[in-house]
Amino acid sequence: METTFIEIMRQALDEEMTRDASVYLIGEDVAAGGAFGVSRGLVDKHGPLRVRNTPISEAAITGLATGAALCGLRPVLEIMFIDFATLAMDCLVNQSAKYRYMSGGQLSVPMVVRTQAGAAGGAAAQHSQSLESWFIHVPGLVVVAPSSPVEAYGLFKSSLRLDDPVLFIEHKRLYAMKEHLPADAAAIPLGRARVAREGSDVTVIAYSAMVRTALEAAQQLAQEGVSVEVIDLRTLAPLDIETLVRSVTKTRRVVIAHEAVECGGVGAEVAARLGAAAFDELDAPIMRVGCPFAPIPFAPELEQALLPGREQIVRAVRELTS
Amino acid sequence: MTDLALDKLYGFYEQLWRIRLFEGHVQRLAAKGEVPGFPHLSTGQEAVAVGVCAHLAANDYVFSSHRAHGHVLAKGSDPYATFAEIIGRQDGLCRGRGGSMHLVDAANGVMGATGVVAGNLSLAAGAAWAAQALGDGRIAVVFFGDGATGAGVFHETLNLASLWQLPLLFVCENNGYAEFTSREEHSKVAKVSAFAAPYHLPAETIDGNDVLVVNAAAAAAVRSIRSGAGPRLLECMTYRMAGHYVGDAQRYRSKEELAAMKEKDPIDRLRAHLTQRGEPAAELEAIEKRVASEVQAAVERARQAARPDPATVLDYVYSQPLSTTAEA
Ligand SMILES: Cc1ncc(C[n+]2csc(CCOP(=O)(O)OP(=O)(O)O)c2C)c(N)n1
Ligand SMILES: [Mg+2]
Repeated sequence: METTFIEIMRQALDEEMTRDASVYLIGEDVAAGGAFGVSRGLVDKHGPLRVRNTPISEAAITGLATGAALCGLRPVLEIMFIDFATLAMDCLVNQSAKYRYMSGGQLSVPMVVRTQAGAAGGAAAQHSQSLESWFIHVPGLVVVAPSSPVEAYGLFKSSLRLDDPVLFIEHKRLYAMKEHLPADAAAIPLGRARVAREGSDVTVIAYSAMVRTALEAAQQLAQEGVSVEVIDLRTLAPLDIETLVRSVTKTRRVVIAHEAVECGGVGAEVAARLGAAAFDELDAPIMRVGCPFAPIPFAPELEQALLPGREQIVRAVRELTS
Repeated sequence: MTDLALDKLYGFYEQLWRIRLFEGHVQRLAAKGEVPGFPHLSTGQEAVAVGVCAHLAANDYVFSSHRAHGHVLAKGSDPYATFAEIIGRQDGLCRGRGGSMHLVDAANGVMGATGVVAGNLSLAAGAAWAAQALGDGRIAVVFFGDGATGAGVFHETLNLASLWQLPLLFVCENNGYAEFTSREEHSKVAKVSAFAAPYHLPAETIDGNDVLVVNAAAAAAVRSIRSGAGPRLLECMTYRMAGHYVGDAQRYRSKEELAAMKEKDPIDRLRAHLTQRGEPAAELEAIEKRVASEVQAAVERARQAARPDPATVLDYVYSQPLSTTAEA
């Protein structure tokens, strides 16, 4: 049976809360299921103390989760939209990320901040952003961006079991995606990228919803006789450069694709790291596909005009192979 | 209040001196360039730390501000390891990674000072939430300055703590200034305790320079919190006798004001109280001398302590290696 991203995330949360009594879920409306229904029903099973609504106080609830993580809980905090993580920035950047380091290893922050990102359906400029690159810039944070329901299940389990703070970014366009969760689905190690499709001519590096788009582009390009390897980064911080280098050594050409604004994005970091680690393996400049330098617009025509998609990836690959 | 057992009073007297003398060394060595960064002294405010921490068990949680030395020592941390941290040594509480503004002594319940004004409030609420959830009987205390009340997260945390009835004591050290700017220029709300009422959080404003007053108020507050009656706020009116940081020229305070504050010195006031009760001056001097040599020894030992090995600079970023390549 196939289930949606939302249902599979709910299952992962439920299983982890059942397995570990120190896991607590807090956030705005989480007891009511959350804005997207991920935690629907969990309060009935795990009780109102372990699935708890909070006031709309992103700064305080992020500190609340961080402080609790220092003192024996393993909180899962839901920040409803990544756009609102801006209000939690002090805590995430100055406290959560640095506690282990600043304390000389005395304390750690085993916490997952689940949040939801990306553009879809006219959510417009303040509910559509992809802000992940801000966070990969902060030592101490782990940033995970799953590309499918089954991926989310395994990556969430590892995130929750890790003793460091994890920003777990779910793309709203993936929420309705359905997959069959294998009975033996297990935790997926963090810090390891995944080869989502093997190919030999060009490597397309993507993450989150853009992996699906890259796979569609690869499908289309295959019909033109171009063999595309698609890599799903899975973890944005730390980056798995080794897997990328291995692929580049084979294909010698790279496109990095993400929905986030191209300028200063994850792609810039990947490109720089690959340039340093695999310069001799590259036959062409590294190409980037990302959002143009503008906020996400509201009108469907404009939203679609701005967002990078399959066409942009196909064009970049063609440019590298022509 | 006056019937407090003598040994308690002597204990306070000793602790007040320990903090005063310890920070005297911080100031002296900072002037000599031996203290990296910009340490903030609590000189003049020691009674708040001592009076509050008297009611905490070793496993109760304390979160402190940028002006942390007093809280850490009053909570019972080792002066040697504390000083070693303040001068950035390997034997320091945080192995030289934190310094004066980030002192942590987790085994002793010191969960962290913070360099971000108001950044500690919600963390303390989290610790209190953990204690409540685990039912381990601990409480959390957060020390913060009057300046922190301008931050939104202060209000968010008051609301949350009250809403969830967290075992949390807010201790505001109202010294009338935030850096170089007086309270009057920061807020129309003169009393910090007034902020608590709208959130239904019991609060009172007390004389923070009288350790006996702080002791009594903290005793009542802690008893109430431990009984499960929810959070409380204590606004302790105090005065920072030193500059905002070591080296502050203090142009924003008049000579008259600085002279008047000498009258408020919490150590003088406790000494006067003890003398009035007939305690011999020689005894009090002997305590001061003993603490002085004890602190001196800790400081000298810390100055001899090894510096951290630069090769270990990347330790403690993560709990385990996740990356396939060394991080840049
Ligand atoms: C968020 C933030 N803003 C500004 C500063 C710079 N700063 C350090 S201490 C301080 C004043 C704090 O005043 P108060 O809270 O009253 O504490 P006090 O220094 O009086 O003990 C300021 C503005 C800071 N550390 N953090
Ligand atoms: Mg102040």
